[in-house]
Amino acid sequence: MPTTIPLDWYLMLSAVLFVTGVIGVITRRNAIIIFMSLELMLNAVNLTMVSFSAYNGNIGGQMFVFFIMAVAAAEAAVGLAIVLALFRNKQTVYVDEVNLMKW
Amino acid sequence: MDMHVLLFALFAVGAVASAVLTVTRRNPVASAMSLVAHFFMLSGLYLTLEAQFVAAVQVLVYAGAIMVLVVFVVMLLNLGNEHRLQERSSLRSVMGTLIAALFAVQVIITLLAHPTGMNAMSPQALTIGTTESIGQTLFTTYLFPFEAVSLLLLAALIGSVILAKRHVK
Amino acid sequence: MEWTKLLIWVAKGAILVNAMLVSAAYMVLAERKIAAWMQNRVGPNRVGPWGLFQSFADVIKLNLKEDIVPAAAHYQFHALAPIIAIGVAITLYAVIPFGDYVIIGGHTIQLGMAPNMNIALLVILAMTSVAVYGITLAGWSSNSKYSLLGGLRSAAQMISYELSMGLSVVGVLMLSSSLNLSTIIRSQADLQWNLFYQPIGFLLFFISSLAELNRAPFDLPEAEPELVGGYHTEYTGMKFGTLYLAEYANILSASALMTALFLGGWDVPFLPKLLGLQPGSIELALLQVGSFLTKSFALVFVVIWVRWSLPRFRYDQLMTLGWKILLPIAMANIALTGIGILLFKH
Repeated sequence: MPTTIPLDWYLMLSAVLFVTGVIGVITRRNAIIIFMSLELMLNAVNLTMVSFSAYNGNIGGQMFVFFIMAVAAAEAAVGLAIVLALFRNKQTVYVDEVNLMKW
Repeated sequence: MDMHVLLFALFAVGAVASAVLTVTRRNPVASAMSLVAHFFMLSGLYLTLEAQFVAAVQVLVYAGAIMVLVVFVVMLLNLGNEHRLQERSSLRSVMGTLIAALFAVQVIITLLAHPTGMNAMSPQALTIGTTESIGQTLFTTYLFPFEAVSLLLLAALIGSVILAKRHVK
Repeated sequence: MEWTKLLIWVAKGAILVNAMLVSAAYMVLAERKIAAWMQNRVGPNRVGPWGLFQSFADVIKLNLKEDIVPAAAHYQFHALAPIIAIGVAITLYAVIPFGDYVIIGGHTIQLGMAPNMNIALLVILAMTSVAVYGITLAGWSSNSKYSLLGGLRSAAQMISYELSMGLSVVGVLMLSSSLNLSTIIRSQADLQWNLFYQPIGFLLFFISSLAELNRAPFDLPEAEPELVGGYHTEYTGMKFGTLYLAEYANILSASALMTALFLGGWDVPFLPKLLGLQPGSIELALLQVGSFLTKSFALVFVVIWVRWSLPRFRYDQLMTLGWKILLPIAMANIALTGIGILLFKH
């Protein structure tokens, strides 16, 4: 049964979610929470992809969601490994305390 | 009220609320659990879009694998200390927040002024979200990206093992 | 709005949840009785005839106990963990078909909440992977080293064995070419059970589910001699009871899943044709549900039997088994199944 929800609603929702993610990345210091905010942004884009795919009847959008998920999984593995290495070397996960390379 | 609209409203409000909780909680575990709730809400939204396979994979991959990893790392590092998480508000973050919010407002205003005109889902939407059609497309049209992604995952696997190892000789 | 449909759904849900919780409570008693029997003891025999009301006594006792939360605990998460555990355990039952369908008064009633879901198996895998949160949160929020160690161990263990569990089902999926549990069960009709076509898959699935359920010989997350009680060390009263119930509910759902995937589900060989039962009749439905439950509880018995027969693994042995033995075997099984399908089905 097709819904009566216009596509615009999904797009507005994903814009709001994306911006929530952006704000998280900008305001937080904890590397893990920044990582989670990045995931929020990726998922907002995924939502756009899936809604376009459903409203246009084109499967390409859902395919892209898969590839984004795979990339997100890879990013999670590497990113968290970096956070672990960082914590081991500097005993911190706060990005503003990692300033050795800062001029 | 239509059932679909009701479900959309429920999941949309839930998604926004859990997203806001994710970026505002001081405790990383609270953030992570809100994000898990957010993924469940998104999965519900995908179901309202008839993308059943994506909805299942969303929970399986994000909530079941990625976030478990995050929670695992948070617990391993024992980051629960509340007082060390006091965040300073600076000009940079205030400006950033404002500009980001402006972007959302802009998108919403544009969409309100010029609606896309797509008021109902395509009739094919019911069939393209199933496991069969996804599998068929994934292993025919998108075979090359699929293989490329498998290589990427392998590289990430090796990279993360080396990064997380204590002594690399 | 179709009110009768809604009413049937609510009724089915109520019956399912209650039946599940009661059987989970009785499985605790069954475990104690079977353990006693295997160790030549009597077991609980004070409450009611043969101790049959022991489960109710336990539940009443747990409800009346004081709920102690450690002062240093993260109390919100401490309360949230049992809810997640039992919620995930109940959700799993929604997709399991306990029988085909029955026609009562012109209404076709499916015997299950959502038995024809096209992504049923993915939902089950997703929910089992979400189940990790209940245990890790319980371990972390208690703020006790025994709980934390138990929680982290179980997270690592469940992530590791999820892989071989997921891969061991792939053979079944290839044979029935569907993720829909009802279709998988129908493809095994008349004793064409997947157990005979996928013996390796069944064994792998059984071992991995033992590990997923944190059952002996893989019960390291709650290894008594080293970790006191594991992740539920700091739980008391009904919160402890809820965690415990969720554990047993998961054993039952894993057994039901194995029944559906490998033992033909509700399939009763030859008997319906002999008796001339019509599809949709109440007699056949009862027979199917009976057969499904018999198979499931037989598997539950095997799970309990394993616990009281085998010693516990060491942690490194557990990881070696999961990653270096079960995972390669599961992959080889997929390849073998593919070759078999190519040779015999085409």
